[in-house]
Amino acid sequence: MTKPILDVAGFSFAIGGRAILRDLTFSIARGDRAAILGPNGAGKTTLLKCLNRIVRGGRGRIAVDGLPLEDYSQLDLARRVAYVPQADGRSAPFTVREFVEMSRYPHLGPLAPIRPQDSAAVDRALEETGTSGFAERPLEALSGGERQKVSIAAALAQEAELLLLDEPTAFLDPPRRQEILRTLADLHRERGMTLLFVTHDVNEALGQASRVLALREGALVFDGPSGALVEAGTLEKVYGHSFVIGPHPRSGRAVVFPE
Amino acid sequence: MKHRGWILAGFALAAWGGVALAPYFGVVSLSDLRAIPVFWQIRVPRVLLAFLAGSGLAMAGMTFQALFRNPLATPFTLGVSSGAAFGATAAIRLGWTASLLGVSAVSLSAFAGALASLVLVYGVAMARSTFSTSALLLAGAAISFFFWSLILFIQYLSDFTSSFRILRWLMGGLETVGYGAVLDVLPFVISGSAVILCFTRELNLMAAGEDLAVSRGVQVGVVRAVLFSASTLMVGGVVALCGPIGFVGMMAPHICRLLIGTEHRHLAPATFLFGGLFLLACDAVARLLIAPAEIPVGVITALLGGPFFVWLLLRRPSAGDSPV
Repeated sequence: MTKPILDVAGFSFAIGGRAILRDLTFSIARGDRAAILGPNGAGKTTLLKCLNRIVRGGRGRIAVDGLPLEDYSQLDLARRVAYVPQADGRSAPFTVREFVEMSRYPHLGPLAPIRPQDSAAVDRALEETGTSGFAERPLEALSGGERQKVSIAAALAQEAELLLLDEPTAFLDPPRRQEILRTLADLHRERGMTLLFVTHDVNEALGQASRVLALREGALVFDGPSGALVEAGTLEKVYGHSFVIGPHPRSGRAVVFPE
Repeated sequence: MKHRGWILAGFALAAWGGVALAPYFGVVSLSDLRAIPVFWQIRVPRVLLAFLAGSGLAMAGMTFQALFRNPLATPFTLGVSSGAAFGATAAIRLGWTASLLGVSAVSLSAFAGALASLVLVYGVAMARSTFSTSALLLAGAAISFFFWSLILFIQYLSDFTSSFRILRWLMGGLETVGYGAVLDVLPFVISGSAVILCFTRELNLMAAGEDLAVSRGVQVGVVRAVLFSASTLMVGGVVALCGPIGFVGMMAPHICRLLIGTEHRHLAPATFLFGGLFLLACDAVARLLIAPAEIPVGVITALLGGPFFVWLLLRRPSAGDSPV
């Protein structure tokens, strides 16, 4: 059995004495497409930030590719784990290409110029996310959906194996959400990337993830195949709220509505 | 922007031309042989000092703007200039004359003041549960007022002559005789700028957001400490000699951004060159506008900077909270 790309054992994290994450244990296999669900304030974003060492500290063990997180330099970690932050409405003051090119940072030596393989990685990332057409435009001139695609392109240019995404479809209209989800599905299929994404949309988790982790008040209350999420009582346990579960009128796949 | 190389070359040419030609402009005609010492001992050092001071303040401004992700963050608005001014005023008032490794007590004290104000402003802004630009600017204003009050207190305790000297120094000026001041400020500006030029990739990532920078492999804590120290060192060095000349650190980087973009590998050298040229031009105006009398250069930069600050605030509704 191959070692998991991500292995978390007994991990807890607190801020100012308040527990944010409690005794989490799970692992993510290579090529997994996993969603993290949970109500507001459950610790989903903090978990992603801990996995990427954006937030440091905590008790327990996090291992990436078999090595404890603390054994990695920040550069080594960036070559293995990429991160798409939650959109906050602020845009960086760069053109699309400049922004995506900046993600080659962990692959470049100090003061070294951009090499042909770096430009190739940038071109590929722009191509795969459908953003090549506006590569020279400033980020602030883009729509929310375009900006989110660029954000994913930037993480792709990092050429890491594990991609962490914090609510990649938040604040987007339904067609734009579908575009982003299709892009992620293509990346998973074609690049064989491991995806771990936070979402508030249970149907998105059901449709896009093969595996779901659900947090409530910092504790892992569900870890299993996404299909098992619709078993009686599971979502109620996660959200403390009842849901109606029925078949999709066309595909027959289970869809969920809050009561 | 493929024409950036040309813009940068244009800046270099303009800076070279500015430094070469500026000493020829002045009240005393150079056709008079007696004016030769004026040229070499007053005008050339003054032009060099203006260029270095402008470059240093502009580079510090650009760095603060990237690190704080705000176009209004400058040595002046963050209170760093007033901290340095307080340090220098205290050293002058107390008559400290010692030096360390060739650096005068006034410069060291200015540097300590600048660092103290930056730590205070950053500490106050970060002490809130959520970091916001308005908190940062308000903290900068508060710390600035605090240090200005201390400066006024020192001034109040001084005799009339010292009080006038302090007041004149606080208006900012580049009057110098000989190359002592140039050599004093040179190591601060060159070493600080060299450090910043080595960290342009990191500045890009930090301007895009700290979380993003960490996720791309930047050791944010180390980089931030190095860049804050380099910028503060420059501001301290410049303010100790020239007084707190305001707004150069805001106007120069912003004009450069409009011309060459925000990519710091191009923006940083452009800001160094343009910042120097900008203060040089302001000083020429200060010397010639009401000749033979001179206006303190800090008055000229403030007269330009005030409206520019307002324009920057009004240009975009969210300017106060938008990235650089």
